[in-house]
Amino acid sequence: MMSEIEISRRGVLAGSAAAAAIAAAPHVEAQPAKALPPATMPVSLTINGKRRDLTLDTRTTLLDTLREHLQLTGTKKGCDHGQCGACTVIVNGERINSCLSLAVQHQGDEVTTIEGLGTPDKLHPMQAAFVRHDGYQCGYCTPGQICSAIAVLDEIKRGDPSHVQADLTQRPQLTSLEMRERMSGNICRCGAYSNIAEAMADVAGVDVKEMEA
Amino acid sequence: MKPFTYERAKTPAEAAAAVARQPGAKFLAGGTNLLDLMKLEIETPRHLVDVQDLKLDRIEPTSDGGLRIGALVTNTKLAADTRVRRDYGVLTRAIVAGASGQLRNKATTAGNLLQRTRCPYFYDPNMPCNKRKPGSGCAAIGGYSRQLAVIGSSDHCIATYPGDMAVAMRVLDATVETVKADGTTRAIPIADFHRLPGDTPHLDNNLEAGELITAVTLPRPIGGTHHYEKVRDRASYAFALVSVAAIIQKDGSGRVAFGGVAHKPWRVEAADDVMTQGAAAVTAKAFADARPTDDNAFKIPLATRALAATIAEGRSA
Repeated sequence: MMSEIEISRRGVLAGSAAAAAIAAAPHVEAQPAKALPPATMPVSLTINGKRRDLTLDTRTTLLDTLREHLQLTGTKKGCDHGQCGACTVIVNGERINSCLSLAVQHQGDEVTTIEGLGTPDKLHPMQAAFVRHDGYQCGYCTPGQICSAIAVLDEIKRGDPSHVQADLTQRPQLTSLEMRERMSGNICRCGAYSNIAEAMADVAGVDVKEMEA
Repeated sequence: MKPFTYERAKTPAEAAAAVARQPGAKFLAGGTNLLDLMKLEIETPRHLVDVQDLKLDRIEPTSDGGLRIGALVTNTKLAADTRVRRDYGVLTRAIVAGASGQLRNKATTAGNLLQRTRCPYFYDPNMPCNKRKPGSGCAAIGGYSRQLAVIGSSDHCIATYPGDMAVAMRVLDATVETVKADGTTRAIPIADFHRLPGDTPHLDNNLEAGELITAVTLPRPIGGTHHYEKVRDRASYAFALVSVAAIIQKDGSGRVAFGGVAHKPWRVEAADDVMTQGAAAVTAKAFADARPTDDNAFKIPLATRALAATIAEGRSA
């Protein structure tokens, strides 16, 4: 095994200014001279109730696993950096950005995507509410919005606190303000936010008109 | 993204040894910051040691009446803990002021402490950045610096530590517990955990190579009202321009730490000492050595106003 200092020397020989600075600072990991060849690993996970066994490049995100390897293209790639929420899926009951998670991190996990929530003949209540309240225009962010919306109602029911809660020791209330704050990780370029909030209120059994008052 | 190999460690000491053993290895917890940076090839680990199986996901009482928060407790779980909500409200407030629900479900306590700066020049590989590429220069100095540091910065770096959670931990005097590759452990006061940039801005903190965070401990509760006032460009899901974490006692005394202003959560003892004299007195002490740019000089009066609002909130609580 090479010592850290030897690795640093090799970096200096590679000739970059950065490597020279690294040699002077032993805390920094040396930049490798050569990239590794791609590595693959077996990954098994349950997606929408169905077990999937795959062999994937370790770099494959959960999002790309769904879209590129399993043709589950309902989950969308927006920014690919966790900023837009279009890739939101539910993993072991919690919503996450599938673009910021590697498939290998999800060995044995249960993943629910938009395809697992409902079908055109039998919509999930949140899907039906989005249709009823016109909670989208172009539809690109919608699968992520719907996965997030379902999880948000669970989070409020479970009593998770939020930024807009006045008293942290109390349970959060099903208000428009709470739902909007909790949905801030899902961006809608078309600006369908108010209709999305109405769809969520409908599913939560809250009177929309009362909420707006 | 550069290719890398991947393993899952079973124990903290095994994880630390695995990272120390392999050049270019890194720990992987939630991955929400690391993967983002790997996609941009700002981080290029050759090997990832996934720590999710280390069973560091519990919050337990300590023998002296405090709490020990496992390194892998998610932001969501930490913010929702009834003990934290009751006794350390500033911590819950800070966590729910940051990121989005999706990110908080994956982000961990240790990972959040290690979150790297959001300086736009650090994020742009076409720009010189001493933090990303030591010795290459700092494009932020003389560049677009509205978001960047006003104090504690150097001629090499004006980046800020971007997180919220650590600002609350700083005001709570938390301690970071670690294990090294040789199995030895240490406890680092949060005040000494993050570094100022100086002439080594590529070092965000004082962890050694392969040293793994195992927990963060909070001392016993100190009462008072707990506040986290975050000022940002939109009402939710944005980094702080300025944030104020404060614990205020009935007599008006208290403690305050500021986020969004420096390379680490910013707390000055002499500023805590004058809390009863009002916000302007506090920020005069806390920002006495400030070196803002033309773009971000507004942060200092903004910090005073945010603290004034916080103190008023404490009075009415």
